[in-house]
This record gives sequence, structure tokens and C-alpha cells, in this order.
Amino acid sequence: MLKWYEEGVKTDVVVSSRIRLARNLKKYPFPNKLSLEQKFEVIQVISDAILKSGDPSVAGFRFIDMDKISKFDAYAMAERHLISPDFAENGQGRALILSEDESVSIMINEEDHVRIQVMVPGFDLMTAYKRADQIDRILEQHVEIAFDENLGYLTECPTNLGTGMRASAMLHIPALQSIGAVGQIANTVSKIGLTMRGTFGEGSEVKCDMYQLSNQVTLGISEQAAIENLQGIIRQIVERERESRNNIDHDRLEDVVFRALGILKSARLLSGDELLQLISRVRLGVEMDMIKDIGFDVLNTLTFNCQSAALQAQSGGPLDADTRDKMRARIVREKLA
Amino acid sequence: MLCRNCGKRQATTHIKKVINGQAQEYHLCAQCAAQLGVANFNPFEMSDLFGSLFTNQLPQNIPAERCETCGSSFAEIAKRGKVGCPDCYKKFYNQLLPSLRKMHGKTKHAGKVPACAPEAAKTSYRLNELKDQLQKAVSSEDYEQAAKLRDEIRQLEKEGNENA
Repeated sequence: MLKWYEEGVKTDVVVSSRIRLARNLKKYPFPNKLSLEQKFEVIQVISDAILKSGDPSVAGFRFIDMDKISKFDAYAMAERHLISPDFAENGQGRALILSEDESVSIMINEEDHVRIQVMVPGFDLMTAYKRADQIDRILEQHVEIAFDENLGYLTECPTNLGTGMRASAMLHIPALQSIGAVGQIANTVSKIGLTMRGTFGEGSEVKCDMYQLSNQVTLGISEQAAIENLQGIIRQIVERERESRNNIDHDRLEDVVFRALGILKSARLLSGDELLQLISRVRLGVEMDMIKDIGFDVLNTLTFNCQSAALQAQSGGPLDADTRDKMRARIVREKLA
Repeated sequence: MLCRNCGKRQATTHIKKVINGQAQEYHLCAQCAAQLGVANFNPFEMSDLFGSLFTNQLPQNIPAERCETCGSSFAEIAKRGKVGCPDCYKKFYNQLLPSLRKMHGKTKHAGKVPACAPEAAKTSYRLNELKDQLQKAVSSEDYEQAAKLRDEIRQLEKEGNENA
């Protein structure tokens, strides 16, 4: 079965949409106060509730004990945004339930007992929400959820109280980035309960023009309203990115795009950062119809499968940086040939 | 090509403007472009203004008590930014409230409720949903649907009052 990012859905500016719901069991302390035995109990209770439900919407979901898989496999999952880096690093007492196409991942004993995450390609937050809501309904039929009439779903960190929902969109905004507008946008959205941050290379300099925009406020606003607010702002950013793209001198833009493609097709050594930067430029070319023979499935697959943990997971052992750069360049050449 | 403004960094912004038939070209780096206001946007239209987010301010009177269920004190919770268990929220509700208001702007849940929630919470959520739908029906001039929704809302409110 194809992974959600291999389906090659045509996207523009909004690369993917994601919904995350935080849920906790009423009868257990939050994960920071759980003993290891209690963590195992929580894993049992939650995985039984979901996997033994027999519900068709969870058919094909598999259970992964995070303590039993290799660190490379775990980090490769973090690179594909299925789990958090911390979840990959500390696997003890943690488990993951994953759908076949990897669009649904359910982390058990991350910051909360349950984190339901759904990712879909393109700008489609409602579809992602409906899917997450389905899983949530299965869960609440079988276990008692920590909930308070005033505070909503109770979560370990008070920033998630209320709906426990984080909705986000991955934005590819190279034109806004190149004119130095991202800081201004991030500043503005922070004033209305949204956050924007760089993805790939958390905290550090953003290398691939990808930013994640998400809601920050979860209490006192319904899921529907939070998603609609976010959608409204995303639409405005998309419009501005398109305007900015059209303001760039076309010949120069085309030159940047095709140079990037040229390097990807012929380089013998590619660092992870360089790859992401070049993919971003080629993606821009594909989004703007300059390049017609490369699909989004190829771009997405290269983005996810050529990062450092993914390469080491594929080769089944540690690789030094030079070997990785060589392997990465080879995979890219073969994929684009 | 280097930025035409600072002459130091690589130019990444190339803009061609045609004003009264005269073409002008700009080649700038991201920093200079931002400084010169090439990225001059109108502020977004923001209808809702939420409160500012998390602040680490501690209230003055920190209670010494601990949560009976998990043993957390309020000082521990405030220091780590992590709550110990669902019951902590009841125990330290008053101490947490100011921070919650700063974080979220509001302190009353308005979203969906789980199956295990009390009936009153479910009814209140259903009412909110119906009222939203009513508003949408009215603004799209679907009066037949609006009338149906209004009846349903009245019925629910009546039941709610009888149960109260």
C-alpha cells in the first residue's frame, strides 16, 4: 500500500495538513508521574481499545513497541513527522499505533497518554480532523477519558487544555522567505493565537522554506472554529506567496529552479541540508508548472527517505557523513533519472 | 549576484517593476529586502484577538498542599509546566486559572465532549453546535432549515431546564 506522501496528490504552497488530538485516561496520572509498570498498563489499555475494537476505520493498524525497534527506525519515523524526536529518543514505556499508509499515528505515553495524529496531503484540515475524530470516538467508547466540564479534555500541559487539538499546515513559502517576510508573518500570527515555526531542523535556521502554522489556543474555542480561523489565515498566506512568486523575475526564477534540478540529477555528494534546499526549489518549479515530468510523490519520497536516519535505517547500520552524502546523491540520481 | 544594497550577501530577491513604462530592477538579499520594505504587507485581517500566551508568573500565595491522587504540589506543577494528574486540575483550579486565562484568553471549554461526560456538558455542546448551524442557515437564507433548528434548540433548552 502506498504511503500518504507517495500518492502524488498535487499540492501548491500547502504541502500537508495535520491534526493532533491529546487525550488522557481518567484513572492514571499523566505520563510524567507514571511508573514504568503503569506505563505498560496504559499501553495495554489503549492498544486494546483501538486495535481490538474491530472498527473498519482502524483495519490494518499495527502496534509498535518503541523500545523494541532500532534507533534509526525510530528517528526515521521522526523525520517523517510520525512521532516527536523525544518519542524516538526515549522509547521505554512507549508504543505507537500506525496505519498502513502512515497517515494515522497514535503515540502512547508521549506527553499525554494518547496523541492521535492524522496527516493528509495538501490543504485539507477538515478531512484530517474527521479521521482523528473517528479514532477518538473509538477510544472513548472503550476507556474513560479525563475530562472536565469547564476545562475540557485534561492534558499534562495546560497549553493543550480544552479541545486538546493542534491543527497545523505545512507551508512551502520560498518566495515569502526570499523577501524576508516570514518573520513579519510569524509575528503577526502570534498575536491571534497561532504559531509559525520552521520545520526540518527544529529551532535552527530553516533550510527548505517549509514552515508549520498551527493554532496555539485550545480552550474556549470549538474544534470547528479553531480550524476555520487557521484556514482563513492560511488562505491569506497562500495568496501572498502566490503574489510574491509572480513578482519574481520569471527568467531568474526559472534559472534557479532548473539549476537546482541539474544539481540533483548529477551531484555525486549531497548533504541533507543541500538536498532539502534543492528539493524546495524543484518543488517550486513543479508547483508553478515549469517542471512537468516530476510528481509530488517523488519530491515527498526524496524528502522523507534521504534524511540521515532514514538512510541508516535502510542500510541497517550507522553510516558516516561522507557515506551518507554519497548514498543520498545516488538515490536522488536514480529517482530522477 | 551580490545584493545591490549591502553588497555583501547573496541577492535572493529579484524584482522587476514597470512604472510608467520604465522598467526598474531590484536585486536584494533577504535581510535588505525586509529592511527596505519590499515585503511590505498590509496587516492580515484578524477578526478574533486572543490573549497572549504562556507566562511563567507565579501567584503570590502558593499553597503548600499536595494533590491527594498523585502527590504533586502547585509549586512543582508551576516549575515544570506539567500537571501531575487529572485530579490536580480540581485541586489547584483557582491557582491555575490566571495562567489559563493568559494562555487561552478564555477558561470555559467550547469544543466536543467525550461519551463519558455528564449529560449537561453534552447538551451544552449540542446547543452550541445547533446555534452555529442556525446562524449559518440564517445567513444563507435557508429559513426552512433555520425554523427546524430553532425548534430543536427550544426543545433541548426545555429538556435542560426540566432536568436542572
